[in-house]
Formats: sequence, C-alpha cells, structure tokens
Amino acid sequence: MIEVEESLEAVEPGPRAAGPLTEFWHAYAQSRGALVGLAIAVALVLLAIFAGALAPHSPYEQYRELTLSPPAWQGGDPRFLLGTDAVGRDILSRLIYGTRLSLLIGLISVAISLSFGIVLGVIAGYLRGWTETTIMRLMDVMLALPSLLLAIAVVAILGPGLINAMYAIAIVLVPHYVRLTRAAVIAEKAREYVLSSKIAGAGPLRVMFSTILPNCLAPLIVQATLGFSSAILDAAALGFLGLGAQPPMPEWGSMLADALEFIQRASWVVTFPGLAILVTVLAFNLMGDGLRDALDPRLKR
Amino acid sequence: MLAFVLRRVALIVPTFLGVTLLAFALIHLIPGDPVENLSGERGMDPARRLRLLHEFGLDRPLPVQYLDYVGQVLEGDLGSSLTTHEPVLQEFRTLFPATVELAFFAMLLAVALGLPAGILAAIRRNTAADYAVMGISLTGYSMPIFWWALLLILFFSVQLGWTPVSGRIAVEYDVPAASGFMLVDTLRAGDWGAFRSALSHLILPSIALGTIPLAVIARMTRSAMLEVLREDYVRAARAKGLKRRQVIVVHALRNALIPVITVIGLQVGLLLSGAILTETIFSWPGVGNWLIHGVQSRDYPVVQGGILLIATIVISVNLIVDLTYGVVNPRIRHA
Repeated sequence: MIEVEESLEAVEPGPRAAGPLTEFWHAYAQSRGALVGLAIAVALVLLAIFAGALAPHSPYEQYRELTLSPPAWQGGDPRFLLGTDAVGRDILSRLIYGTRLSLLIGLISVAISLSFGIVLGVIAGYLRGWTETTIMRLMDVMLALPSLLLAIAVVAILGPGLINAMYAIAIVLVPHYVRLTRAAVIAEKAREYVLSSKIAGAGPLRVMFSTILPNCLAPLIVQATLGFSSAILDAAALGFLGLGAQPPMPEWGSMLADALEFIQRASWVVTFPGLAILVTVLAFNLMGDGLRDALDPRLKR
Repeated sequence: MLAFVLRRVALIVPTFLGVTLLAFALIHLIPGDPVENLSGERGMDPARRLRLLHEFGLDRPLPVQYLDYVGQVLEGDLGSSLTTHEPVLQEFRTLFPATVELAFFAMLLAVALGLPAGILAAIRRNTAADYAVMGISLTGYSMPIFWWALLLILFFSVQLGWTPVSGRIAVEYDVPAASGFMLVDTLRAGDWGAFRSALSHLILPSIALGTIPLAVIARMTRSAMLEVLREDYVRAARAKGLKRRQVIVVHALRNALIPVITVIGLQVGLLLSGAILTETIFSWPGVGNWLIHGVQSRDYPVVQGGILLIATIVISVNLIVDLTYGVVNPRIRHA
C-alpha cells in the first residue's frame, strides 16, 4: 500500500479540495468487491505477522495418537479445529503458518521482478534503438513459454526448493513489467515536463528514474497486485508438483501434494489448503481489479 | 497482405532462436556436466570422462556447440530420453495428440459457456445475473486448478461414482492407435463401449483445464460487449427500429468478437501450463505429464526437447492468431 500512496500525487493532477488520497479512496471504495479483497488481504497479513500467537499448535509437532483426525464439527478432537493430517499435525496451525510463506513468496518474487522489470523497461523505453530491440526480443522469448513451464525450466536448472521457486516465479513475471514500463515511458517521454527537466540540466538517469518513472506507476501498481496473486498460485503449483517448498514446510501447495493419497479417506486434508489458496488469490485479484478501476479513469465503469 | 505476412513471420525468427538458446542454456546451466550426470553416484575416472566429453563434442567452444545444436534441431534431432532411450521427438509425437484432445475439449467448454455468459452479463449489466457471472468468473480465474481437479474427483468420481478417477480409457479396451486421438480412434474402430469410456475419461480433466480460460473468456466478452454497446452505430441501429436482439447479435456481437477471438488464441499458452497440472492429477498420458516426469527423473533431453517443442507450438499459434487478426481487421494489416 505504500507504493499506492507514493504514486498518487503523480496520478491525480493538481491540488484539489478533497486531497488526492481521499479522492483515490473514494474511487477505490466504489467497488464492494475491492473492499472485500482489501479486508481479506489485511486479515491475511495480520495472520501472517501474528502466526506465532494465533496458531493453537506448532505447525511441525506430530500428535501421533491423533493422525487424520476429522475437523472438530465432524466429531474430531476439539483441540484440532480443522483436523489433523497423516502424521498428526494440526491443519489449522499449518495453514496459519502457510499464510506467512505464501505472502512472503508473493512479496519477494514481485519485488524482485518489479525492480528488474522497471529498470529494463525504463532503459528500453528511454534509449530505444538496439538496446530496446534486444531487451524486448528477450522478453518475447520468455513470454513464448507458458508461465508454469518457464518456472519449471528454471527450477530444473536451479534445483527444487522454496527459494529457487521464488526466483523462478520472479523471472516469469519480469516480461510483464518490462512491457508495461516501456509503453508508459515511451508515452511520457514526449511530454513537455520531461523536456523542461532536460533543459534544466537533469542527466539521463535522473530523467529516467526520477522524472518519468513516477508518472508511470499506476499501471505497474495494478500489475504488481495481480502479479502477487499469480505468484502465490504458481508457487502453490510448484509446491504441489514437488518442485517448490519441500516437506515438512507448511506450504499450501505441498500440503495438498502430501494429502493426495488420503483423498478418499480424509477429504479435509485436501479441502482446507486449497481453500486457503483460493481465498488469498481471490482477495488480491479483487484488489487488483479495484485498483485498476480507481487508478485508470479510462477503464472506469 | 503478403508484406504483412512476411513481416510477422520474420519477427518470430529471433524469438525462435532465443528459445533454442534458452533450451541450449538449460543443459549447460545445470550443475555438473551431462557426462557427470550420466555416471551417477559412483563417479568416473578422469580419462574416461575426458574421452566421453570429446565423444559428445562437449569439449568444443560453446558457440560451436550451440550452432551444432541448432543444426540438429532443424534436422529434427532432439536427442534421446535417458530413461526410455527413445528419440525425444518421437515420444512427443505419440503423446501430443492426448494433450491436444484434452485442450480442445477444455477450450470447447470454455467458449461454449464463456461467450453466452459474457454476453448475458453485458446486456444485463449491473443486475444479479451480471454480478453472478462476474463473481463466478473471478473465482474461476483465481482457482488453483490442481485443487479444483481434486475436488471434482472427490465429488464426481469418489462420492457419486459417475466418472473414472484417472487415465484416458478403461483398461479392458484395446484400441489400435491410428490418429492418437482416442475419440477418433475408438469411433474408427466402431467400438461404442470404448468411445463412451474415452468420453467419460475426458469430462473431468476438460472441466478442470477449461475453468480458467472460461473465466477469462467470460470477462473479456463482457467488457468487449459493453464497449461496443456504447458505440453510436449500435444506438443508430436501435433508433431506426431494429429489435434489441437483432442489434445485439448482428451489430454488436460481430465487432465484440474480434478481441475475444484474440484472447481465445492467446489462451493456448495458458492451456499448456494448465495441462501440466491437469495431466499430472488425472494421470493423463500427454506431454505435460511426460515433461514433469522428465524434470523429476532429471531426464534433461526430455526437458530440453519438451520445452523447445512447446515453445515452438505457442509461437506458431500466436503467429496464426496474429495473421487471422490481420485478415479480420484491415486496420492492423496496414499499421
């Protein structure tokens, strides 16, 4: 949300009575879906931060006498609200700690890809010529591969694991930011304020990153929010395929993979981790849609 | 028109070269050289290692090796699988029809439901129907399809027993593989039982794989329709007394379809991504399943060849979409 606030002065032109932040909030709050998404996202962030205090059990502790115990309302042990998994770990606690992992994966991979994407995109859009051609062709190659396939290729090189999965997802997301940034920079570059900044003696780096870039942030913020949800989804998919987080980490995708063999006997070990992924991804997609409507007046309903 | 086609085709040459570079780099970036990977845990004496490196041409400069690799690729030689020792290209060819069959039905489902849903949402804008369509499609768009597939299996296969859990056809049927498309082959063999079995195996994987494209198509159709319905010519058509239905179908839909067709074409990459997950869950014998096995068993020729082939297919389909778009819309052609 910090990024959003920073960009607002740039997006909303001129001083107004309401103030840019209030105005943005009004636009954002127009959509009930966006508000629901924001509320869920805030709740998830709190859950991730206070996982240690909120989780009733350790995510790793195995209660061997209570393996595959059903959820409390289905006659299971009341100490384990959502039941236990095949080795007797509390599913609720694992899900709560899993929030931490998923949000961290989203945050880190989006941060990495956003920084690379912005730098490459600004350079491509500002310098044009063969630099631009090289960068954009490279991005075309990356976009030619289906996202999950590219991530799998990267993991095949780096080896499976949570950190490598984050790198893989970051790499997959880069081309989207490069394209957006380049397009925005090309549009802004011809404006008068850029020219006046150059006349005032600003060097190319200053013009690129401190004059032009702040005016290109709106689409990037929207894309970053949507990238957050696709990062979480892809990380879960990699975890599910055994290429991401490794056991015993309480990552949602790998929890699902562990649960596969018990699907007929204990449906709850499958239901809840997937529901957690869905709700999280949905929340960030709702926020992304809301931000787009609020930040991009052309697409406003 | 010819100039347009040539320009577009010329544009994909560097992309294709880039993909070969990526596939080539894949083998060389993996820790340890291929010879070491062949030797396994026991290790290998240095003299033999050098001889093998020379035999495989791995002691030559990288650019030479790369050119050699591109030459081999252009001749259709993608190496052989380390586990089955079959040529990679041949394995891909036998498995690919299964993936196409699955992807085709997924797409069919997505278009058949997504288009009407999007149109309905647009003409009933801001009603309960619109909110329902948009809500469901956003949920579908956010769906982890590997979980969705498991839920479908849990409900339809385990609880209700309506559909088989996995595979492509029941084991008792032995259909001669002619086209590789199970539905076509069973029909050609005239075996109705086998056809029904193949069809029932297709249903759940198609739903799982089609869900995200369905959501994308519904959202895209809605926004394209809303845009077109605002146009002056639509108002003019209404003003001259045409019926609402006629205006929607004849005037609005035709123009709204252009972006929708592009989006449908661009789903191919997404479908192949999804196929990796769907095929793994349903043990569907397609290229996605094959590729994941390749990654898990460190069968690098399979991974390298599979990535190259899938990327080539995505590039070609995108080119075809691009060209069709140019044919449909002359403004693109002359841009």
